[in-house]
Amino acid sequence: MLQSIFRGLSGNRRHRVVACLVAGVLLLPLTAASSATVSEKKEPGRQIADMVTKQRYFWDTVDHSKLKELQQVFTSGEQITDACLSCHTDADQQLKKTFHWTWTDPNSPEKNRRGKAQYSVNNFCLSTNAMHDHHCSECHIGWAGKGKAAAIDCLRCHGQKKFNFEEAFEDYEAFSTSGDEDDREMANEAQSEIQEAAQAVGRPTRRNCGSCHFSGGGGDGVKHGDLDSSMTTPHKSLDVHMGMDGQNFECVRCHTTIRHNVAGRFYATPAASQRESLIENDLSQKIMCESCHSAQPHKVGSKMNDHTDTVSCQTCHIPSVARVLPVQMWWDWSKAGKMKDGKPYEVKGPYDRLTYASTKGDTRWGKNVPPEYYWYSGSLSGPTLKDSIDPTQTIRLAWPVGSRKDKNARIFPFHVHRGQQPYDIERNKLLAPLLSGENGFWTTFDWKDAISRGQKFLDLPFSGKYGFVRTEYVFPSTHMVAPKDQALACAECHTRPKSRLANLTGFYMPGRDRIKVLDLAGWVLLFGSLCGVMLHGLGRFISNGKGRKG
Amino acid sequence: MSENKLESKITKIYLFTRYERFWHWLQVAMIFTLIITGLEIHDLFGFLGFEKAVATHNTIGISWLIAFGIFVFWVFTTGEWRQYIPTEKKMMAVIRYYSYGIFKGESHPFPTRREAKHNPVQRLAYLALATLLLPLQMLTGFLYWSYNSWEAWGLNFLTLKEVAAVHMAGAFAIASFIIVHVYMTTTGHTVFAHIKAMITGWEEVETEEDVNGWDQRTH
Repeated sequence: MLQSIFRGLSGNRRHRVVACLVAGVLLLPLTAASSATVSEKKEPGRQIADMVTKQRYFWDTVDHSKLKELQQVFTSGEQITDACLSCHTDADQQLKKTFHWTWTDPNSPEKNRRGKAQYSVNNFCLSTNAMHDHHCSECHIGWAGKGKAAAIDCLRCHGQKKFNFEEAFEDYEAFSTSGDEDDREMANEAQSEIQEAAQAVGRPTRRNCGSCHFSGGGGDGVKHGDLDSSMTTPHKSLDVHMGMDGQNFECVRCHTTIRHNVAGRFYATPAASQRESLIENDLSQKIMCESCHSAQPHKVGSKMNDHTDTVSCQTCHIPSVARVLPVQMWWDWSKAGKMKDGKPYEVKGPYDRLTYASTKGDTRWGKNVPPEYYWYSGSLSGPTLKDSIDPTQTIRLAWPVGSRKDKNARIFPFHVHRGQQPYDIERNKLLAPLLSGENGFWTTFDWKDAISRGQKFLDLPFSGKYGFVRTEYVFPSTHMVAPKDQALACAECHTRPKSRLANLTGFYMPGRDRIKVLDLAGWVLLFGSLCGVMLHGLGRFISNGKGRKG
Repeated sequence: MSENKLESKITKIYLFTRYERFWHWLQVAMIFTLIITGLEIHDLFGFLGFEKAVATHNTIGISWLIAFGIFVFWVFTTGEWRQYIPTEKKMMAVIRYYSYGIFKGESHPFPTRREAKHNPVQRLAYLALATLLLPLQMLTGFLYWSYNSWEAWGLNFLTLKEVAAVHMAGAFAIASFIIVHVYMTTTGHTVFAHIKAMITGWEEVETEEDVNGWDQRTH
C-alpha cells in the first residue's frame, strides 16, 4: 500500500518524501537525547540524607551551661580541661594518640619519623624544630602554645565562642587581687565571660578547624589553596557542599571522627585505605567523594562515569583554587634579611598581600589558580631533614605518589607551592633554622646562628655552610568543590597544546594526542586525491574543447 | 563532443532501488557527520563542543553499525552481492578509459546495465570498501567506544593509541575515497547524470550494445 502511495507521487514529491525519511532517521538520536533531560528528581539516597540532616535536631542531651563543673572559677586553661575531663574521662587519652596531638605520622619509619614534630620539612616556615619554635606551636591543641607539655585545649576544637582565654585569664588575675571594687567588678565580668565561653561547647565547626587549617604557613591562605578563611562562611559557588546557602556542611561531616581520630590524610598515610561507598559499607568513613557519590556518580550511560577509574572527581569539579582569597605561590627565603636604613621592611603587592618581608624574603600570590595534575594514590612523599638531596635539582618536599599503572591512583589536582630554602652545602641536606623568639632568624637576621640553633633542637648537625635550593610542595585540592555547572568541560583536557593534562604522558587521550606522521600522511593523501581529481577534470575540460575544434 | 557520442542513443534504466538509494544517502549523511565530529574530537576545530561531538559521533557510529547489518542482509537476500564479485575482464579497458580514452572523448567501454550496474573498477573499489575499509572503521570505532570494557573482555593487549591510529587512518582513507567518488559522479554523459541516478534510481545510459558477456558467470 505504501508503495502504491509512493508510486502515485510525482517525481518531485518522491524526492521530498525520501528527504523527510532521511531527515527523520538522522533526527532520531536528537529526539532521544532531548527526552533524557527530564525534570530533575532527587535521588532516594539524597532524600533520606536531607531528611536526616535538614531537620536540625542533634542527639545532644546535655546543656553544658547547666553543669556545675563549668560554673566554677577558672584561672587557667588547664582548669577548664580538668572540668571537661571530669565527665569526658577518656577524652585526653584518646586525643593524645591522634595525629592532631602528636604531629607525628605513626606509619613513618622509626628512624626517620615524619610529621611537624619530627624531621619533616616544608617550604613555608620550614620546620618546628621539634616543636621548640614557639610560633609554630600556636596551632598545637595544647593550651597557650606550650605544645605537648601543656594540657589539651578542648575549646580549640569544641569552643563555640571566639574568645581570647589568655587575655581573659590575665585580666582576671590582675583585677581579682586588687582591693578596688571596680577592679573586682571587672574581674567578675572577666570570670563570667570565661565561664560562658567554657560552657559554649559543641561539635567542631568550620571556624574551629579553620582557626589552624585556614592559616597554615603563617597566614590566611598561605598554604593550601583550597583552604582559607573564605571557607568559614562560604557561598555555594565556592564550595557546593559547605556553602551556607546550600548544604552547609561542617568539616566533620566528611572528616568523620572516631574516638577523636579525625579522618584525613597526613604525609604518606592516605585518608582511606580503600575506595568504597557507604552503600558497600555503611560504617566506612565519609572522607572520599565515592563514600557518598559512589564510583558511578553520573547519569547512567554518561561518558563521565567511564572516567572515574582514572580521573578523580576533584579533577573536573575543582576548576581552580583560591577563588575568593589569594593563595601563596612562591616563597624565596634566599632574599630574606635585606634591610632598609638598617631596619627590616615589608613591601605590599597585589591582592593586598606582602611580596617582600625582611623576615621571610620574596613571596608571590595568585588567585583563581588552576591546579596542576598528577597521578595520586592518596599518599605524599618527600625527603626529611635527615635525607640527602641533590641540590642541582628542584627538591620535591611533598609529592604525590602514584602512577597510571597503580589501580588505586587517579589523576588528581594539586596546588603547588614553590620556593627556595636553606640547605647544608657540605652535607647536602635541608636545614631547619629557628625562626621565632629572641634568638630566631626573624629577630637576629643571622642565618648561620639561627640554623645552628634550630638544628641543635633536632639533634642534627650543621656544617656551617649553607646555600639555597629550589623546592616544591604539593597540596591535594579537594575542598572548594564548584557547583556542577562550573565543572571542567571536556575540552579543558581533550585539546592541544593547552590541555590541562599536557604533562601526563604514557597514554593516548583523544583530542590531546595525535600521531603526527599519520596525520601528515593522511592530509597528504587527501590533498593528493583532490589535486588528482582536479587535474583529471582539467584534462577533460581542455581535451574535450580540442575535440570540438577538431 | 566527439562524433561517437553524438551517435549514441540515450536509454533510461532503473538502476537503484528505493532501499539502495536510501542507504546510499543515509550513509552520505552519516559519514559526513562522522567525519565532521571525528575531526572535532581530533581537536581540529570547535563546532559542537567536545562533549556533544563525542555523543553525536558515538550515536551515529553505532547507528551506522546497525544499519550496515541491515545492508548486509539486503545484499545477500536480494542477490545483489553478485554485483560486487570482482572480475578482471574489461578491467584494463576501464582503467585505460579513465586515464586516456575519456580525454579523447571515447565512449565508456562498459555501459551500465541493470544486471551489471558497476564497472569492474567500481566492483573492486566498492567490494574493498564494503568488506575491508568500512568494517575496519566500524570495528576500530566500536573498540574505541567500548574502551572501558576491554579489561572485562580480555582485550587488554590493545592500546588506545593503536586503535585510534587505525581509526584515524581509516578515516583518511574513506575521506580520500569520497573525494574520488564524488569526482567520478561527474564523468557521466552529463556532469550530474550519475547523481541524478542515485536520487531518482533511473540512470540514463548511452547505448545498450553487447558487452561480450564479460559479467556472465563462466560455469
